[in-house]
Amino acid sequence: MNTPKLPAGVETVAQNEVTETLIVNIGPSHPITHGTLRVQLELDGETILRAGAEIGYLHRGYEKQSETVFYNMVVPYAERMNYCSTIHNASAWCYAVEQLMGIEAPPRAQAIRVITSEMARITDHCVCLGANMVDLGALTNFWYLNNVREKMLFLFQELSGARMMTNYPRIGGVVQDLPDGWIAKLRQSMEDMKGLVGDVKDLVSNNRIFIDRTQGVCPTTKERALSFGWTGPCLRSTGLSMDLRKDQPYWGYERYDFKVPVYQNGDTMDRLLIRFDEMEESRKIILQALDKLPDGPHLVDDHLVVLPEKDKVYNQMEALINHFKLVMHGVRPPKGEIYSFTESPNGELGFYIISDGSPRAWRVRVRPPCFANYSAFPQMLQGAMVADVAAALGSINIIAGELDR
Amino acid sequence: MDQSQITDRLKARFGERILSTYAMCGQEAVTILPADLVEVLTFLRDEPELRFNMLMDVGGVDYLGYGGDGEDEDELRSHRFEIAYQMFSYDLRHRYRVKVAVKDDSVEVPSLWEIWRGANWMEREVYDMFGIRFTGHPNLRRILNHDDFVGHPLRKDYPITKRQKLSRPIDHLLTDKQEWA
Repeated sequence: MNTPKLPAGVETVAQNEVTETLIVNIGPSHPITHGTLRVQLELDGETILRAGAEIGYLHRGYEKQSETVFYNMVVPYAERMNYCSTIHNASAWCYAVEQLMGIEAPPRAQAIRVITSEMARITDHCVCLGANMVDLGALTNFWYLNNVREKMLFLFQELSGARMMTNYPRIGGVVQDLPDGWIAKLRQSMEDMKGLVGDVKDLVSNNRIFIDRTQGVCPTTKERALSFGWTGPCLRSTGLSMDLRKDQPYWGYERYDFKVPVYQNGDTMDRLLIRFDEMEESRKIILQALDKLPDGPHLVDDHLVVLPEKDKVYNQMEALINHFKLVMHGVRPPKGEIYSFTESPNGELGFYIISDGSPRAWRVRVRPPCFANYSAFPQMLQGAMVADVAAALGSINIIAGELDR
Repeated sequence: MDQSQITDRLKARFGERILSTYAMCGQEAVTILPADLVEVLTFLRDEPELRFNMLMDVGGVDYLGYGGDGEDEDELRSHRFEIAYQMFSYDLRHRYRVKVAVKDDSVEVPSLWEIWRGANWMEREVYDMFGIRFTGHPNLRRILNHDDFVGHPLRKDYPITKRQKLSRPIDHLLTDKQEWA
């Protein structure tokens, strides 16, 4: 593990000298946690001997609540799990229910989901990188990256009316088609983003302070990562290549040409730098998806799943009945269960849904990527310094809403 | 490997100990008893053609009152809880689900923490939410709810409107060193 780095001329405590250890609490409300997490450290000087983590401060009973409402009503809840990449979570939920019902969103809706999910990935990585670099004392990058994020949020607002909690995906597609002129704005944002993200990467990747604070800090081996169930950028930083978009493609990801960045050292630096590369790949996917964007409907033509159009509801008896039935009785998947998984910005986001044939799920289990990633955190800190907590915590990008549900 | 082939392999290997099999939407699963859990999962991990080396998720289910309308005889289960283990093979990129039938909360399930470190927190969550105990777990405490919490909220007989007071803060979080190993 890490040996503490001491400046030249400073001597370590002699081996046989008995020193008292100190217990320090970080959080649950602390600037570096960017959420509500509590970490307790046992320190010998500045070296961490042991650590413990406590979660649950943001537990809102998502899973219990999801059992009591209709399937479509879970979409907003799903968004509030990961408040950095809301639209991806909602799309993933809709995709899970679609799989359970054996339906597939039309090609245009799938392409829109790819575009919005990749935008969410860029947003999520911007928050992760920007916030972590503030913790490391680099404020400029935060403004640069927030600029990119702001453009994405602006586009989400045009798309759905809300900057963050979009409530845009629906079971069977997306709620409405892309607005006029939106594609051109997105293309422009992608063009602007290229320079900004490259600038930030150049600013940090050769920066002495950044390298000293992150290189070799709290590394994780391949074996440990697999044992703890790590997924996403954290796993890929250890030299293992696993990306569900490539391995088990969904939403037509196989149609797009992109690389899966892999870093080798598994330390804090790699966990951060890999996100820059992923943003670039996401940018490529978005541009390809815009080029290949298929025409056609954005919702499936099945009124057991999707509300009929309003003018039909007002003028046709059947449409009115469909509307009424769907609002009052909800979407009804058959009896059965599904484990659906997607590559969220932090790793594998799984929904395990058990249906008893009623309009409410019998059981919704979420496999949040952060949960597995964060369970390795106390072990990662062993032997590190107090200041490394900030660097390491930011690099695994814990979203407390998703961690605690 | 196709999931149906994995089911066949498990049936051939464990025979009667596979209580039931399940297939829907291209996903398959087997249900076993807690006593066989470690053996089945290590078989899945060590078999050269299977190599399930990742435990992706551990999730509990409470079947109290499920299928109570009596429409389907199969739905009336003899066990109340199930724990679903989502397995993934990093090397071969395939998935499988193993479910453990837990009659009630007096039955203990072996902890998988020795095999997969990630099971530590996931099993704590199952304990917290359903009250199922795991033998051999290094630190079986509540994880999302506070320590003074009474009951297990994801059980079907726990009302969603129930409120409980917040407890005092916990003094010591530091866990035994062996837990991280």
